[in-house]
Amino acid sequence: MRSLLEIADDELILGWRDSEWTGIAPLLEEDVAFSSIAQNEIGHARALYELVARTQNTTADELAFDRAPGEYRCSRLVELRLLDWEKTIARHYLYEQADAERLAQLVQSDDAEVSGLAAKIDREEAYHRMHAQMWFDRLKGEPRFNSALDELRPLLETGRDEHSEELTELWDEMTVVRRSQPAGTKW
Amino acid sequence: MVTVAQVWDALAEIPDPEIPVISLVDLGVIRDVGVENGTVRVGFTPTFLGCPALEVMRDAMAERIRDLGAEPEIEVLADDSWSTDRITPAGREKLRDSGFAPPAPREAAAPTLVQLQSNVFRCPYCGSTETRLDNIFGPTPCRSLRYCTSCRQPFEQFKTI
Repeated sequence: MRSLLEIADDELILGWRDSEWTGIAPLLEEDVAFSSIAQNEIGHARALYELVARTQNTTADELAFDRAPGEYRCSRLVELRLLDWEKTIARHYLYEQADAERLAQLVQSDDAEVSGLAAKIDREEAYHRMHAQMWFDRLKGEPRFNSALDELRPLLETGRDEHSEELTELWDEMTVVRRSQPAGTKW
Repeated sequence: MVTVAQVWDALAEIPDPEIPVISLVDLGVIRDVGVENGTVRVGFTPTFLGCPALEVMRDAMAERIRDLGAEPEIEVLADDSWSTDRITPAGREKLRDSGFAPPAPREAAAPTLVQLQSNVFRCPYCGSTETRLDNIFGPTPCRSLRYCTSCRQPFEQFKTI
């Protein structure tokens, strides 16, 4: 079973990547969709970090923003900066499928807090899966989409121990406000 | 000494920060209220985990409880115990009057795209079920976008959670 921290990192980083379509998606409705999906993923990351933080005597913010890029446990799939729509959809589809499987395992957890949170996350993810499936059905005959799936599928479970330069660039961006203030600053 | 009933009445005056026609009590997000030795404990569930209104709601509840002369203790319950089925009948009426279609009942399995694309969702303006799904997502995580082909009015449909 994937650790909660790995799942939280996946959701945070994918949330940031999805939000990169805000304002520039190829269709207005997709601008709305990816912005909303991004918001959900970051919300899931926050709830998961809060659970992990309690066991590690830290806070969700510290877990999300105060680790060095090399300490994140996300997969290579989510850290890539994808500028092509077909790759974005391929990642979305692959990720949602894998996420559904691990959530189904977490729902069975003996820890009531973990199983309860996983069940709530899954209710929300059901809408992401619908969206991913809708796009999969639309693009499944397209050669560019199929090669994107082939290219990205192996990245689902790679790169958790060693990250690409792209994660460092994203980390610089996503922690810039936090790093501009000394620890303990109240927002 | 503040009573549980007084706390519920005070919380019923707090509007949802994003849809102010409906209160936090109408929305069903307040799970339980307990009063003990001048401390008021409120168990509260977010609608969606990424809801940006979470802190605003928590602060508003704390403020109302302090106004009653008690110390607030707000516990956020991030589990599956809240569902859109908990929106009260009065809350549903208020939503509909403001152009938001209330959520369909929750079923054991998550809703499917086929269900969302079917003609069972009613337009809050004209009551027709001739409505189509425009976007699973909308301006906030809790809403989808639909269009009524009968009165030609786009509207927001609450997602079922």
